[in-house]
Amino acid sequence: MQTLLSIEDLSVSFARPNRNISAVRQVSLAVTARECLGIVGESGSGKTQVFMAAMGLLAANAAADGSVRFESEELLRAASKELNRIRGSKLTMVFQDPMTSLTPHLKIGTQLAEVLVCHRGTSWSEARIAARRMLERVRVPEAQRRLSQYPHELSGGLRQRVMIGMSLMCEPLLVIADEPTTALDVTVQAQIIALLRAMREETNMALVLISHDLAVVAGLADRILVMYAGRIVESAAAAELLRHARHPYTAELLKCIPSLSGPLLERLPTLSGQPPRPGESLAGCAFAPRCPRAAERCRVERPLLEAADTAPVGTAPGGEAGSGNANGARRVACHFPLTP
Amino acid sequence: MSSLVDDAARRLWSNSGTMCAMFVVFGIVALALFGPWLNPNGAETLDWLHVASKPALQNAHWFGTDRLGRDLFVRTLEGTRVSLAVGLVASAVSLLVGIAYGAVSGYLGGRTDHLMMRLIEILSGLPLIFFVIFLTVIFGRNEYLLFLSIGAVGWLTMARIVRGQTLSVRQKEFIEAAVASGAGTARIIVRHVIPNVVGPIVVYATLTIPQIIMLESFLSFLGLGIQEPGASLGTLIAEGAGEMEAAPWMLLVPGGFLAALLLALNVLGDGLRDALDVKEG
Amino acid sequence: MLRYFLTRLAGAVPTLFIIVTVAFFLIRAAPGGPFDQEQALPPEIMANMQRAYGLDRPIWIQYGRYLGGLAHGDFGPSFKYKDFSVTELIGQGLPVTLELGAIAMVLAMVLGVPIGTFAALHHNRAADYATMALAVAGIAVPSFVVLPFLGLLFGIHLHWLPVAGWEPGSVRDLVLPVAALTLLPLSVIARLTRAEMLEVLRSHFIRTAVAKGLPLRTIIMRHALRPALLPVASYLPPAVASIMTGSLIVESIAGLPGIGRYMVQGALNRDYTLVMGMVIVYSALLIAMGLLVDLLYAWLDPRVRLVR
Repeated sequence: MQTLLSIEDLSVSFARPNRNISAVRQVSLAVTARECLGIVGESGSGKTQVFMAAMGLLAANAAADGSVRFESEELLRAASKELNRIRGSKLTMVFQDPMTSLTPHLKIGTQLAEVLVCHRGTSWSEARIAARRMLERVRVPEAQRRLSQYPHELSGGLRQRVMIGMSLMCEPLLVIADEPTTALDVTVQAQIIALLRAMREETNMALVLISHDLAVVAGLADRILVMYAGRIVESAAAAELLRHARHPYTAELLKCIPSLSGPLLERLPTLSGQPPRPGESLAGCAFAPRCPRAAERCRVERPLLEAADTAPVGTAPGGEAGSGNANGARRVACHFPLTP
Repeated sequence: MSSLVDDAARRLWSNSGTMCAMFVVFGIVALALFGPWLNPNGAETLDWLHVASKPALQNAHWFGTDRLGRDLFVRTLEGTRVSLAVGLVASAVSLLVGIAYGAVSGYLGGRTDHLMMRLIEILSGLPLIFFVIFLTVIFGRNEYLLFLSIGAVGWLTMARIVRGQTLSVRQKEFIEAAVASGAGTARIIVRHVIPNVVGPIVVYATLTIPQIIMLESFLSFLGLGIQEPGASLGTLIAEGAGEMEAAPWMLLVPGGFLAALLLALNVLGDGLRDALDVKEG
Repeated sequence: MLRYFLTRLAGAVPTLFIIVTVAFFLIRAAPGGPFDQEQALPPEIMANMQRAYGLDRPIWIQYGRYLGGLAHGDFGPSFKYKDFSVTELIGQGLPVTLELGAIAMVLAMVLGVPIGTFAALHHNRAADYATMALAVAGIAVPSFVVLPFLGLLFGIHLHWLPVAGWEPGSVRDLVLPVAALTLLPLSVIARLTRAEMLEVLRSHFIRTAVAKGLPLRTIIMRHALRPALLPVASYLPPAVASIMTGSLIVESIAGLPGIGRYMVQGALNRDYTLVMGMVIVYSALLIAMGLLVDLLYAWLDPRVRLVR
């Protein structure tokens, strides 16, 4: 299967008055055609910044190192003109806050149609028709009426559908959804997840689904990457990960998902402690302060992301991340990974 | 409190544009106060030998002379003095009125505050220069009237700022404590409210002064302000404009001084506002 | 929205009324009369003049007559320009001033907004600092310094443009006065646009527009410009006020026969009716601007429109 997005050794840091804050540390990953990759992590884990770098949306004070290739084209240092050919058409993004992510003074129809007009050179009238069809595809009722409405006249769920529709206008190869359900009501969340699933079935698109909520990702992803403090700590096929987490952090996350079928709990399990603040320099494993399995080695030596399938506890020679072979290989960055 | 001052001072100092402006202001003020002593000519002395002569170093007419042979260096500095004096006095009047109005309005709150603010809104909308001109038509060109009417015009912004600050201060606990201990309204306003709004006051005072100097120069330029034989920068510029062709220095010198003064005061005020991190109430 | 506009209009009329009344009674309360400046006239002639100008009637009747005259567009006779009524003078001068002011206002917006946008797009670089430094200068230096300086440079030194004087329809006569008049509002608009544009460019919806791969030009013109113009819209009434104020000076220096110059002459000559007439005209203009701005706001931000 062809690799669409290939990220190698990406590091992103932000320049602040007193020091530099490292948000992403040497992350490597790949997205292949038609797959759904889930990215899970707490706020500050760097999961969003990885893809902001890919889309050329980093803040002005950000510095990015490494390589991000989309269909073999290097994105990281590309000029706006080059980026604009790709983003919005072949590589698109859906953001987490539908309230503020749509332009308040433009009609919905205009915001949808302009994507086609800009990238395909379609006429406005044809693009409007395509916009209406897209609204129908994303299950927005009364599509024709909605075309002439303004964003503030729509509910949050409808706005998010519009955002998803906007990202699909040019039949993209890869859609990045950054916390698409976080700002919505729980009931609406389920609808949006269902919509994303339907869109995946109806088109060729690959999907990157970023969320702090493992439950959201679990329903859709083929593979899941877990990020912590700017690094990938575990990477596996979704089913495998959910059944047997290898990294203690992932295991804790799984425990936090309330289940209707499990035993009745007196207290909901939580993760104790706080993730490291962005920019805090860390010796050893970043998760060590909160890890129930942490030992002295963990505080001193940072574990590398390595293949975990056949490795005994503690020693794992294997390819470093970034060798390009990301599919199927199960990887963990831990000195004492859990065993099934 | 002292660390706030330190912070502000640090920010101010590091902003070179603002520091530059501050030196310019001090420079001009110093020159205006002490400059005339450096030059042997008096402001009113008519030097018939050097009528409308160009600036020259040899004959002690460093900036040249005007149509009547008066030395321009001394005359400009005297004019600067007058402009500064009007600026400061009228600003002081504006400040007092504005602070009093704003503090009372903010403290009393409710309908009174609402009405008082409506009045300011209406007044802000009107170009008050016209009313000042109107007043000079009615009451004649009286210099005290000039001070008063200019002062009456400049208090609006200050009142608004002070009212905003007062409103936020009012919620704070030490006011409740003062009320509980039986202090009267006036006392509370003077003792507690006003000291806490000093920051914005300083900033807007620095911005009000150039506005007022501008207003006075404007009126004097038109002939409605300072009258002969007194002269402010405005009147000197008017004279100079009339002699532009034959004696351009008569325009350039006072014009340059006024421009430099206003520019420096504005930059200084902006810089102070950034340093003290003041926002409009 | 029509209803909103009409209610605002209805609110404006009393304001104007108050201005007229206050002005009228202030004048009558002034010490001395309009003829005090002249050399002492024989009492009979004074009485005649008083009668001719209606000044011998009780004050209420004078007020009533004045209001009645206003309703017909009659501002009364000028006390100094004996052959002209104030209405005629206003009629002569208003078109000149309107032309001058309108060009200055339009130029301020047409140049100020792009300059401010340019500065915002080059934030914290040399171009930004340079433009903003010029803007501060434009705000601080008064028009009565700028215009003579410009006249000195372009008129006397370079002989490119006339320093003063005015022929109807002449464009060259207007260049320097318009330049001096537009400098202040232009600088303010540039600063306001820059500040607001910087904020708008940080918004989430601009991030979305960038992610959609839209070219910069489209993002600025279609997505960023309208919200960025809101503070500029609020500034329009003060802008008109400063242009009106500026026109007094500019017309006087450049010798343009507009109502500004008449106002100044009227003030110098203590010509009551003339000055009053000017005050009323200026106030009316300003109030009209306020109404226009409200309409503009509703257009810029559809949320406002629908709420009303």
